Amino acid sequence: MKNNNVIQVEGLTKMFGDFTAVNAITFEVKKGEIFGFLGANGAGKTTAMKMLIGISNPTSGKANVAGFDVFTHAEDIKKSIGYMSQKFALYDDLTVKENITFFGGIYGLSRKRIKEKSAILIEELGLEKVANKLVGALPLGWKQKLSFSVSMIHDPKIVFLDEPTGGVDPITRRQFWEMIYKAANQGTTVFVTTHYMDEAEYCDRVSIMVNGKIEALDTPKQLKAKFEVDNMNDVFLKLARG
Amino acid sequence: MSIHISNISKSYKNVKALQDISFDVKAGELFGLIGPDGAGKTTLFRILTTLLIANEGTATVAGFNVVSDYKNIRNSVGYMPGKFSLYQDLTVEENLEFFATIFGTTIEENYELIKDIYVQIEPFKARRAGKLSGGMKQKLALCCALIHKPKVLFLDEPTTGVDPVSRKEFWDMLKRLQQKNITILVSTPYMDEAALCDRIALIQDGKILEIDTPEAIVKHYPKPIYNVSANNMYQLINSLNAYKHNHSVYPFGEFVHYTDNRTDFNPEDLKVYLESKNLSNINIDKTVATIEDTFMELAK
Repeated sequence: MKNNNVIQVEGLTKMFGDFTAVNAITFEVKKGEIFGFLGANGAGKTTAMKMLIGISNPTSGKANVAGFDVFTHAEDIKKSIGYMSQKFALYDDLTVKENITFFGGIYGLSRKRIKEKSAILIEELGLEKVANKLVGALPLGWKQKLSFSVSMIHDPKIVFLDEPTGGVDPITRRQFWEMIYKAANQGTTVFVTTHYMDEAEYCDRVSIMVNGKIEALDTPKQLKAKFEVDNMNDVFLKLARG
Repeated sequence: MSIHISNISKSYKNVKALQDISFDVKAGELFGLIGPDGAGKTTLFRILTTLLIANEGTATVAGFNVVSDYKNIRNSVGYMPGKFSLYQDLTVEENLEFFATIFGTTIEENYELIKDIYVQIEPFKARRAGKLSGGMKQKLALCCALIHKPKVLFLDEPTTGVDPVSRKEFWDMLKRLQQKNITILVSTPYMDEAALCDRIALIQDGKILEIDTPEAIVKHYPKPIYNVSANNMYQLINSLNAYKHNHSVYPFGEFVHYTDNRTDFNPEDLKVYLESKNLSNINIDKTVATIEDTFMELAK
């Protein structure tokens, strides 16, 4: 790509029948940025994200993700990004190691590379003792941290995180964000949705979707100044309530 | 006393889901059970609503024993489980009628109680429950839990995964229900919602960490706590984590909440240290602890 943007979106729209789920959104995300993608339930976040990760065709507009066009190169996008959601994390009836091996294989890593990655990952997460235990037996917070690491096993340019910390205890939630900072610091772009407004403050920039449109996009500091409030929760309430 | 819980324990195979839990909820109280997934909140709800029998201990709800008087409890409580459990292929109105009939009442008889909430979903009353949005499902589930005019209402994580706007609306609804003399026990993983309860119990790994009013709980925080900010958040966290005198380092929005091990802690020392780590724009200001700070300190 010409510039430093790893996501470039222009007038992206998705219609279901005569309902406009995503209404001509335009934004860009820079390399290494932590980008918060916020909005009320039903505002169109999931639909927008599905188009960006190449699993839903836009009705109109343009979008380029990791250097590939979402209309013509959806498969290339899938190989260049990581994705983690709260719902689909890992296979509960596979062990920690088996999950890592499985996802490494899916992303086409060599056996040697999978072995190396597996060792690094297990050590970084301190999972040595449970490496051969079923993932289903791990506490939710551990699962989510493991799931995040697995979503980056192929060193993607961008990682999409869909409510990664829902229900997780407050200490683990912060450890999770330290992992996000680390990834961003190493140049990975992080695109994240959350309902925790304190987490919105951890992002470099935040967009807020209301009824299919991006109604605000700026740094948390600027947004708070603009709406004359002292936290992101109030920014959100002011915007989403109209 | 609307709910009385005495030394309740429950295990599943080798997992201790609840360990010696005791507390009371007063009549008319809005009581919050605050803790993450896996803390034991749902197990306790299921015991109190007579769907599960404890291994040890006793409990009463609305004056009835959860084991011997279970039928009376089922008539006098409303329960909204964490998982949406209405009939997806019945319409909004059919679901509500079904629950009214089961409890030997009618929608008309208790309409006053649900009116505020029901009017918001009434335009969709002919829609199947499975086709509703998350927020609407939640409102319908609350109506169904209320239609027999329960004395005690159990709400298991009603706001999980719900955006801040809908969460606020939901809590406004709960406050109005409380005015109608319904005792409410509600669980949530969102610590900011704790402040909206009369009293709260912090729960983790099947144990109660503390029970008190939200105001008192934050006053109990044992240490002076500081807001620290600098030009680079990631480096700031790493530097604070590496500082040998730290007691706790937790990101909180645009700041890091920091506590120190020394009784004679001087913020200037910390500033000098952070400057030596090439950080700039350093601010260190005293702040007040939140429920979340207290929870993390107790859970440490």
